[in-house]
Order: sequence, then structure tokens, then C-alpha cells
Amino acid sequence: MERGSPRILVRDSGFQDDDWRGEFIQWSGEGDRSALPHGVALDVENTVPAEDIVPLFGRIALIRIAFPSHMDGRGFSLARYLRLLGYRGRLRASGCFLADQYAMARRSGFDEVEIDPTLAERQPEEQWLFRANWRTHDYRERLGRRL
Amino acid sequence: MYRYDSFDREFVRNRVAQFRQQVERRIDGSLTEEEFKPLRLMNGLYLQLHAYMLRVAIPYGTLDSRQMRQLARIAERWDKGYGHFTTRQNVQFNWPRLKDVPDILDALADVEMHAIQTSGNCVRNVTADHFAGAAADEIADPRPTAELLRQWSTDHPEFAFLPRKFKIAVSGSPVDRAVTRAHDIGIRIVRNGAGEIGYEVSVGGGLGRTPVIGTVIRDFLPEGDLLPYVESILQVYNAIGRRDNKFKARIKITVGEHGIEAFRQRVEERFRIQRRAFEGADRARFEDIRTMFAAPAYIEAPTGAFDAALARDPAFRSFVDTNLHPHRNPDYAIVTVSLKAHGATPGDATAEQMRVIADLAERYGHDEIRISHEQNCILPHVHRRDVPAVHAALREANLATANVGLASDIIACPGMDYCNLATARSIPIAQGIATRVKERGDERQVGDLKIKISGCVNACGHHHVGHIGILGLDRAGAENYQITLGGDGTETAALGERTGPGFASDDVVPAVDRLIDTYLELRSDEDEAFLATYRRVGMQPFKAALYPDAALATGG
Repeated sequence: MERGSPRILVRDSGFQDDDWRGEFIQWSGEGDRSALPHGVALDVENTVPAEDIVPLFGRIALIRIAFPSHMDGRGFSLARYLRLLGYRGRLRASGCFLADQYAMARRSGFDEVEIDPTLAERQPEEQWLFRANWRTHDYRERLGRRL
Repeated sequence: MYRYDSFDREFVRNRVAQFRQQVERRIDGSLTEEEFKPLRLMNGLYLQLHAYMLRVAIPYGTLDSRQMRQLARIAERWDKGYGHFTTRQNVQFNWPRLKDVPDILDALADVEMHAIQTSGNCVRNVTADHFAGAAADEIADPRPTAELLRQWSTDHPEFAFLPRKFKIAVSGSPVDRAVTRAHDIGIRIVRNGAGEIGYEVSVGGGLGRTPVIGTVIRDFLPEGDLLPYVESILQVYNAIGRRDNKFKARIKITVGEHGIEAFRQRVEERFRIQRRAFEGADRARFEDIRTMFAAPAYIEAPTGAFDAALARDPAFRSFVDTNLHPHRNPDYAIVTVSLKAHGATPGDATAEQMRVIADLAERYGHDEIRISHEQNCILPHVHRRDVPAVHAALREANLATANVGLASDIIACPGMDYCNLATARSIPIAQGIATRVKERGDERQVGDLKIKISGCVNACGHHHVGHIGILGLDRAGAENYQITLGGDGTETAALGERTGPGFASDDVVPAVDRLIDTYLELRSDEDEAFLATYRRVGMQPFKAALYPDAALATGG
């Protein structure tokens, strides 16, 4: 997937420029974990088992999960499971995304969604803001489910 | 019955507002058709052969007279005056215009209904035993469980983009009337040795092009663990279900490829973590829901009118024989209203018929109606003294067909008359068989016989679990129908076995005719039903009757 700048972040307040200045390290779950520096940002595919990332939690500042297609919902489950396993760092969804999926991302434990400028042009900010009230009307909250 | 509170009401209204905006965005071009598709599907809107089709959920098949009248109004105002009840306890409107759909959804919201998650790769409308809350043989009412699952799965953020659709059914009785084993998750309420109520959970059942009977993954799940356990199954499926091939994406394939043991292990691992996420509010909610499904205030009155009608009126006797089922209150009966008049389209009801049923429910039925996966309507609570009046009113509306469970009570998908997936017509075959059965005049002697027809391999007509299953295919541009025998959707679930080469559309009715003749010759006595005879004698004699020439040539 093209990761060229400028990246646009969608948060509850709307569009903003990416404030993450560091590098992203592509991580497939294999390789020497101790080589990863502290405060790193990881790029992961949506097929990486959440359990494999657990030993790194203390070292990671940000995890960016790829959404290869807006029809592929694996990233939502991965995000939620990472949260259940105790990840408290920043969590970002990136790739093919619909504004209508913004509330799903937030409810699954993502902090933000990263989109490219062409997508932002076709699905402008107000369409994302329309779903920014993701805390309301959530049946899971009513059933007392913690994330 | 479950009643919306302000949360449900606001949720559904909000959802309509979102869909209204999505329709506008599709029209102004900010959504492509590819992007709009999953959004309209999540709101039950299909693009069919001739027009859009809106599929409205009837959660666990329960509705009241006000809701039924609203369906009638929608059918008249925005459609062609009728609706089609489906094998998944939904009702379909076949001719709405895109621009009207948000208004239809608002009209549904007015009566606490919606079309949410009736299509798309998400958890679909949760279905249940259509005799729930009334059946004499029930361990517990499955509807509170189904309603809890409905709430939990509604707009679930993780599971709106699964590999494929996901169907859950709940049964509360040892007799499985909800075809649970043919669902992605089947839930049966059971009692353990200590007398506690819990769930037997099966997984990976499904019909379609690769029919599979579900496998039990937990034989006793405590009631309180339901949501975390089901959520764990869905999480595992979402992560490892195949996305490379649509035809291999259902959970039955996932379970088959990984094996039930490995799948169970993954689920149990998740479940250990998942359990911590639920802190008890779901249990309190479940108790609240349960109180809403309390039994109606039964009338205490003599049942003499029922006995008198039975002695006097043979038509009434026939109706009672087939269309009544035992109620947990012996003074009451469960009355099934057949939507299968001989020669009619199975499952279709006109607005006028819907109003008749609504009126009867209100007047005689504690205001409750059920829709069955067998595409009939049910008045679950009728005092026996009122059954003659109900029968008389149904006769007047041409709704008193006394054929429930008989050969003409056929399940059929919409087929090529409506559906863009279909490869053959289903409805005319069902009409032809029912008409022939009526001509034979021995439907009652033949007894319990489930004929189910699908117009393509997706098996919406449940043909795999029909005693006689019929599958319509396209063979070089001509409709061709394969026949299977011995299928069973109940607690003794089995898939039907193919008889051999298919039949041209004109030859299907005579083939079914020969199957019925063969059964009548072979049955040990009048009490041995078609399925029992088939299980005893096997395929061979039926095959010989279907393919007489082949039998001569090959000796069988």
C-alpha cells in the first residue's frame, strides 16, 4: 500500500495532519524483537496474531494496522484483542476505509484513522464528523462490555 | 414481547438518518456503487433481478398486530400490495424505489421494526423456534436469548465486515423446530444433570453449495457465558475465516479445514480473555428482557365450544388435525395459519391477509403473531373456545388451508421469478406440486412430508433438509431439477441424498407423484411417515420408481 505523505489523520475533531514524526517499522511477527528500539511505531498486517505483539507492548508507541480493503474487517478484531491483552499505546487504522466505518474503528479500540488525500477528497471531513459521536447508540456499552 | 426503550428507539432512528445520508451520498457520487453496496446491504437493501428488494427483520419471528398492520400499509403504499415471508423469519418487499427506502425504514421504526443486518457479511437476524413461549415441550423460551444476541450483534463494530454472512438460531425445546444444526451457530437450551439451564452450542452448520450439519463445540455452556463465548467464536472466525474465495468463506469451511478440535481450542483461548470484558450488566439486561417475555394473562374459561365444533364440522376437524399444536396451557392451542393455499406462492401474504391475521391476533390471540421459517404465520396463544371463530374468520379470508406439515406445505425460495442469484424457478414448481397433491386427494393419508425447493445452490429453500428436496439448476440454458431424499432439519438432522440425474421442469411434478406412490406402497403402516420409511428401506426403491428405464437397463 502507498504510504506517501501527506497523510491525513481522522480523529473525533475531524481532519488533521499527522503529528507522528518518527519512522514506521514493518513488522511481520518474526525476527529479533530485542532489536526494536523503544518508542517505535510498528506497521502490521491484519493477519499478525495479537499474542505475538504482547512481548513488545512496553516498547511500542504506536501500532498502525493495515486495511487492505474496506470489506476486510480483520483489523477491527485485531485492534480490540490488542486492547483486551493490555495494549495502551496509540492505535491507528490505515488504508481502504469508509467514513461509515469510523465509529467501528473507534469502538474497536483505534484512536485514529489514516487516509490518503484522494480518499479525503471523495469522502470529505463532514462525512467523517457525522460518525464522530461513536460513543452514543452503542449496544455493547449498554451490555456493560469493557473494551 | 420485547418493547423498545429510548435506547432502541434512538438507535433505530439514528440508523435511518445515517442511511438517508448514505443514499444521498450515493446519488451525489461521493460513494461509489462498490462502496455503497455494503452499506445498503447492512440495511437490508438488495438489488434484485427487476428492482431493489427490501428485507425487513422479524426478530425471532415475533410480532404484534400493530406491526403486522404496518407491514400491510408498507406493502400498499410503497410496494405492490403484498409481502413475502422468508425462511429466515424476514419479510421481503420486492418492488421498493431507492428514494422511498428511507421513508419505509422510518415507517418501520414507528412500530419498533427495522431492516438492519438482514443482509451483508455480518451477524444476520437471529431466528428462533416459531412456537417459542407457547410450546408444551419447551424447556425455556428461546426469545430472551435471541433478543440478547440481537442487541449484542446489532452494529457490532468488529463483525460488520466478516468473511461472509453469519446466521444464528436458538431453540428452547428438545424438538428442534429452528433448524439450529443448519446455522453458523446453533444454540439449543438444555438442562444439565444438576437441573441448571444452559446452552448446547453447535458451530459450522449451513446449507448452500456445501451443506454441513453443525458440530457441537460446547455441550453445556452456562447461561451467563453466552455473549463472551459467541463473541469468541466470531473473533476466531473473523481472524482465520477465508477471504480468498467467496465460496469457501463460511465458518463451516473454516471449521472443516482447521478441524473442530483446533477450532475449539482457539475459541476457548479467546474465551478466557473475552470473559473478563463482560462484567455482569449483560446478565442484568438479560433478566430485564426475560420479564418482557412473560406469559400472557391466560383466560380461564370452558372449552366446550371447541369440542362442539369438532363433533359438528369435518372441515374444522381437518384444520385441527394439521394446523393446531399443543400449548403449554392445556386450555390453549397454537394455531398455524398456512400461507400455502394449493397453487399459491409459498410465503406470500397480501396486505388484506396481513390485516385479517392482525385482527385475529388482537381479538383472540393475546396480540401475538409468529412467522415460521416454514413461511407460515402463527397465532401462538388461542384459547380453545375461540378456535372455531378463528377458523371461520380464516375461511372467509381464504386462509384456512388445512395442510400444515403435509405435502403441499412447501418451502420455496423466490427463485428466478425474483432473485438474481437463481438458476431456475422455484415458485411454479411448488405451485405445480401443491396442485397435483390436491388432485390426488390423499394428502392427509400421506401425512407428514416436508418438500423444500431451492432455485439455486445457495439453498434458501432448505432443500438439503427436506424429506424431498428439489434443487433447480441451469443446464445449458434449460432448467433442470435435482431431487434429494431423506433430509431432516430437526434434532435428528441429516442431509438429503441425491437420487440421480435431474429432471426437466415438466417432469418434476410426475417425479414427486411417483415418490409419493412408492412411499404409500412401502410404508409398514399408516403411522410410518415418509422419512421413517425412507430410513428403513433406503434409496433403492425410490430410485427405481424415479428412473424406471435405468432400473431395467442396469438392474437398479
